[in-house]
Amino acid sequence: MSAVNPAIEHLHEPHHDAPPRGITRWLYATNHKDIGVMYLVFGVLMFFVGGLLAELIRSELLTPTMRVLSPEAYNQVITIHGLVMVFAAVMPITTGFANYLIPLMIGAPDMALPRLNNWGFWLLPAAAILLVLPWGLKLLGIGTGTIDTGWTMYAPLSIQAGPGADFAFVAVLLLGLSSTMASINILVTIAQQRAPGMSWLKLPVFVWSWVVTALLLIAVFPALMAGCVMQIADRHFGTHFFSAAGGGDPVLWEHIFWFFGHPEVYILLLPTTGILPHILATFARKPMYGYKAQVYSFVAIGVMSIIVWAHHMFTSGLPAGVEIYFMLSTMAISIPVAVLFFCWFGTIWRGSMTFETPMLFALGYIVLFGIGGLTGLVLSDAAADQQYHNTYFLVAHFHYALFGGPIMGIFAGLYYYLPKMTGRMYSETLGRWHFWLTLIAFNVVFMPQFLLGIAGMPRRIPDYALQFAPLNMVSSIGAFLLGATQLLFLYNLARTVFGTAGAPASARVWEGSSGLEFTLPSPPPFHTFSTPPVIE
Amino acid sequence: MNAVTEPHHPYYIPRPSPYPIVLSAALFLLGLGAALRVNALAAGWWALGLGALLFAYVLFRWFGEVIGESRAGLYRAQEDRAFRWGMLWFITSEVVFFASLFGVLFYERNIAVPWLASFNAAHTSWAPFSPWPHFTAHWPNSGPAGTPFEVVNPWGIPALNTLLLLSSGVTVTWAHAGLRAGRRLQLKAGLLLTVALGLTFLGFQAHEFAEAYRDLGLTLHSGVYGATFFILTGFHGLHVTVGAIMLSAILVRAWKGDFTPEHHFAFEAASWYWHFVDVVWLLLFVFVYWL
Amino acid sequence: MSTIGYFLRGGDDMSGEKILQLGLLGMAGTVGLAGPAAARAFYNFQTPVTPIGRDVLFIHDLFLIIIAILFLIGTGALLYSVFAHSRRRRAHAATFTQPVGRKQWLWASTPFVALLIIDYLILGIPALHSIWALADTADAQMTVQVTAHQWHWQYQYPAYGIGFSSDLSTPQQQIDNQAPKNPHFLLQVDHPLVLPTHEKIRLMLASSDVIHAFWVPAFGIKQDVVPGYLRKTWVQIDKPGVYRGQCAELCGVGHAFMPIVVRAVSPAQFQQWVTQERAREAAVAATASATYSETQLLAQGRHVFQTLCAACHQLNGLGLPGAFPPIAAGHPFAASAPMIAALRARGFYRQGEIVEGPVVNHIRIVLHGIPGTPMPAFAAQLSAADIAAVITYERNDFGNHTGDVIEPAQVAALEDGH
Ligand code: HEA
Ligand code: HEA
Ligand code: HEC
Ligand code: CUA
Ligand SMILES: [Cu+2]
Repeated sequence: MSAVNPAIEHLHEPHHDAPPRGITRWLYATNHKDIGVMYLVFGVLMFFVGGLLAELIRSELLTPTMRVLSPEAYNQVITIHGLVMVFAAVMPITTGFANYLIPLMIGAPDMALPRLNNWGFWLLPAAAILLVLPWGLKLLGIGTGTIDTGWTMYAPLSIQAGPGADFAFVAVLLLGLSSTMASINILVTIAQQRAPGMSWLKLPVFVWSWVVTALLLIAVFPALMAGCVMQIADRHFGTHFFSAAGGGDPVLWEHIFWFFGHPEVYILLLPTTGILPHILATFARKPMYGYKAQVYSFVAIGVMSIIVWAHHMFTSGLPAGVEIYFMLSTMAISIPVAVLFFCWFGTIWRGSMTFETPMLFALGYIVLFGIGGLTGLVLSDAAADQQYHNTYFLVAHFHYALFGGPIMGIFAGLYYYLPKMTGRMYSETLGRWHFWLTLIAFNVVFMPQFLLGIAGMPRRIPDYALQFAPLNMVSSIGAFLLGATQLLFLYNLARTVFGTAGAPASARVWEGSSGLEFTLPSPPPFHTFSTPPVIE
Repeated sequence: MNAVTEPHHPYYIPRPSPYPIVLSAALFLLGLGAALRVNALAAGWWALGLGALLFAYVLFRWFGEVIGESRAGLYRAQEDRAFRWGMLWFITSEVVFFASLFGVLFYERNIAVPWLASFNAAHTSWAPFSPWPHFTAHWPNSGPAGTPFEVVNPWGIPALNTLLLLSSGVTVTWAHAGLRAGRRLQLKAGLLLTVALGLTFLGFQAHEFAEAYRDLGLTLHSGVYGATFFILTGFHGLHVTVGAIMLSAILVRAWKGDFTPEHHFAFEAASWYWHFVDVVWLLLFVFVYWL
Repeated sequence: MSTIGYFLRGGDDMSGEKILQLGLLGMAGTVGLAGPAAARAFYNFQTPVTPIGRDVLFIHDLFLIIIAILFLIGTGALLYSVFAHSRRRRAHAATFTQPVGRKQWLWASTPFVALLIIDYLILGIPALHSIWALADTADAQMTVQVTAHQWHWQYQYPAYGIGFSSDLSTPQQQIDNQAPKNPHFLLQVDHPLVLPTHEKIRLMLASSDVIHAFWVPAFGIKQDVVPGYLRKTWVQIDKPGVYRGQCAELCGVGHAFMPIVVRAVSPAQFQQWVTQERAREAAVAATASATYSETQLLAQGRHVFQTLCAACHQLNGLGLPGAFPPIAAGHPFAASAPMIAALRARGFYRQGEIVEGPVVNHIRIVLHGIPGTPMPAFAAQLSAADIAAVITYERNDFGNHTGDVIEPAQVAALEDGH
């Protein structure tokens, strides 16, 4: 190629330079590592916000008729807890991993569309503010607080809801825009920026998990956005999409929401099922088992997840034939998920394992998500779901799936990559305490909830009948312990990031680690792979 | 895996940029303003106004910067491919958006309305419980409690609009051919024609909406028919507007001498978008107006 | 103690690691197993009393056993591996990356075949059976119409021309923790749904506002009710008794407070109950033309207010700022400007003092509700006497002193024709 035009040079970010100084480094970031870190920080913060709301829920449920929260406030708190955890904690964290790791893993200098990347990130705080702003307005005497319909926002309850609902629908629109931009960027990066020799079937599994996740996001989020527009129209512009009087149907919203919502749970899950095999292989000192099987499973899960949504609507009065279809197709998803489990087992089988914190969380993931998945199988039975639907059995299922899966996977990933990102080791002792206490406390919180559901306790109620009192108390006490334990994590994180306590991390970090990201120093320089590595 | 370094990697990483965060702030203000306005809170106007100004300003500056970079020759094959795929995925997400709206139309028409009509008292097992004893399924429909209305005649303005948009698809392709062959005049004329056709379409559409409200009694309030009709045609109209703005910007740039026969991603992006909007219209014409 | 500390500190000694892992997985295993086991032993479904309920319990039991076994196999394999394949035991890891050879492929595919069989044969077939059974509402001997309202249920028996609404009867004091709780706290109602045993009864479900769900665990059914649409389900109860359930779809602030209580009685007793119920309704109808003393009205009004209205307007009549207006005088209603404007337009709201507007408007609001707001219409649920009573009460308590005494006839006069 001809000599570089000198006029261009001043536009070029001088490579190998130190990062820009000051706050604008973050506000104006175009560097994938900086943006990745912002996603991670934002997500972890929001995890604590969501967790704080969870603690409020559990305080209210400590005994029948506690009045920590009024029934209105309770409905608002569970709604925002769900929305924050799903959209503002787990999704940003997994997207943070994607931004930080994908370019390193595929040998790219950066994401393909760096400015778009930053835009996608900054839409998130905007959306989060819109979600909670109505609480602030209420303090000023305006409106009735935030949305109180549950995170599923079923019409016509959502039509009846106060102004907070409008804020939430607008927030979801921004979240959708953000996710769409992030997904476009990730797909383009993976398709275009791979280092020479990095063929599709050499991509690390984590990258593959994001190929499917990003495709899913593009395939389903716009539907939810269209739905939100219709909700706003029904609320304020006199349309009748979800109202029988005008020929519409409230159940239509359920279809729209779950057409998005079911793939969404795999959007939350898949990135962590992508990180998991790396960690298992590292600490088993063994190559990953069943690479292709995992990739095909991701694709199968992605495709199947789009055609099973109405298993959330088994009690909504669908015709029997429709229920049977959705039951059978939902059951089929357990096959590719089980393939993943099988590959995880295969990866550690006859390895030479050690059990550092990331490995502990990875093993904990297998067990806890196993319980979540197996109970999901139970729920997919359209007949038995008549009993489980909207009870605490369901709540326990999805916390085992959401905490046992994504959150455990996120912890595993954070501990695994923290030394790489910061150049310092975290405290192994604290990490282990964190794991142990989390494991114990988590089971204490949610195992009783299975029993509560079986005994007949509905979800989304601030007060409950007396026979549910003992187990709720156990669950709440567990939740307080679980919350306190997470402060341990926060401390460990802070001390690694800001302190100097940890031992310096080597480039490899872990004895058994492999992958391009571990060929770089820890922490990696601001710009990496400006000249691409060649993969053999 | 073994990493061996190779000498040259001509990839442009932009400098830190203030535009993304300001654009997010603009969207935040627009969202906030909308949420406040629909609840009749006066502060909404301020947020909306400020948001719109900021939005326009940022887009102007951001695109300005990108155009500057493009002119400076910073974008080579790699960047070009990235932009292309980015635009294609973006259009894919738009396809899903419209597909959902069509899905809603399908659901309301073929599932919801017949379902409601099944509670007709004529259906004996429902008789004593019928919420809508006199409702019968037909399309167009404004629902059991709806008001009467008339539909837009597809063979009037809508057919004309179909013709307009289809020809605009041809003219934009013609402009593209001109650009590729280095015939600048053809490029400019083609674009000008396209924008003109698009604006005429919008004018007709606005006229049709006004007529629907004034003479046909067809409004947003006209049950599911009115709701699906206006949301589909409305969002389409919005997309035509955005497309027309994009093409006008391209036209201005073409006038200023931008774009080379090999290098004209922005033109292509705008024209893909335009074709996408065209196809949506065809489906609209068939499923909303005609059938 | 010191060993635990040692484990937690970590280090290179793999025996510590190993025991640690063992402990971890053993514990998770116990919890996972103890869960289903305890579920079966202590916390199972309420004893089902309908054919569907028994079907579902069967599926549930089967399921718990199967997933417990799957869980055991999975955790067992994991445990074994963690134990046997730690670095201490095996300094050198194997290097295989996928199954090789026919035997291994066979071995690798067994779990999936097993899962297929479990999904579609062991679990699928009984499920199909009960889904079809559930959908079959034909040949019912009686039909009851169930209408959900925010936040109570209304039951009508078209064949007998009777009907009533069924409200939570747990006193607000118990909900506010100011009185000891009844054993059926939150699961008691003033008028239970009465059904005959051994008859197939079809339930027609409708909703007047948002989506609710009719759920009685012992019947094995849960059915959403969707406003503007009708839903059907059926029960056939084999055992007389009282069965309690709850609304199972979030329907607003009162969602936790709309229980369902069903009293199943023999067909003969059911006929008796129908006779009694008819007599009761006739007596209630007669009250529309009766006159009552102020004390009677106030006492009955207090009862109605506490059971029906306090859910929103609160026991103390102060309402909830922004959501439910106060009934008590002298309390400005912190609502949004448009809400206040709407109330004013009805001649009902004067800044700072409420419920002192024209009586007629007051009656109309309670009779017909305020469309577009949560304030429900009570005409169909409350007798004229009850409405007269509650309005008298509202206008003379909470610091309101209008002195108005409203008689049922005044209400009846406004009941038809607005
Ligand atoms: C990460 C999130 C996540 C994941 C992965 C899943 C996974 C699954 N879920 Fe879950 N689900 C939710 C989150 C998730 N779910 C949420 C949030 C809700 C409620 C939303 C709401 O209403 O608010 C919900 C609700 C929900 C319902 C609706 C219930 C109802 O409303 O009545 C159903 C019904 O079919 C269901 C089924 C399933 C199934 C079949 C899977 C399958 O993918 C599971 C497949 C996995 C397996 C089958 C395990 C296989 C493993 C082994 C065999 C090995 C075992 C080994 C060991 C234990 C060591 N889920
Ligand atoms: C990823 C998703 C996710 C995660 C991680 C969690 C985590 C938790 N959830 Fe979550 N939950 C949902 C998603 C999630 N939840 C969803 C989608 C719903 C449905 C909502 C709906 O019905 O619409 C729900 C509903 C839900 C309910 C049911 C409410 C109801 O139906 O009435 C309950 C009740 O126990 C509950 C509890 C908890 C608890 C105890 C945790 C714990 O794991 C939390 C752990 C605790 C912490 C992390 C707190 C640490 C913080 C502090 C100690 C404070 C320090 C503060 C600062 C430093 C700022 N959740
Ligand atoms: C579902 C909740 C709910 C219940 C139950 C309810 N109300 Fe209301 N009520 C409301 C709301 C909300 C408003 C305000 C409506 C508006 O915005 O105009 C209201 C307004 C009123 C008003 C108008 C005057 C004022 O205070 O502003 C009266 C009178 C009233 N209710 C009486 C009653 C009586 C009597 C009962 C019981 C028989 C009752 N309400 C039960 C929600 C309820
Ligand atoms: Cu009615 Cu919940
Ligand atoms: Cu699902």
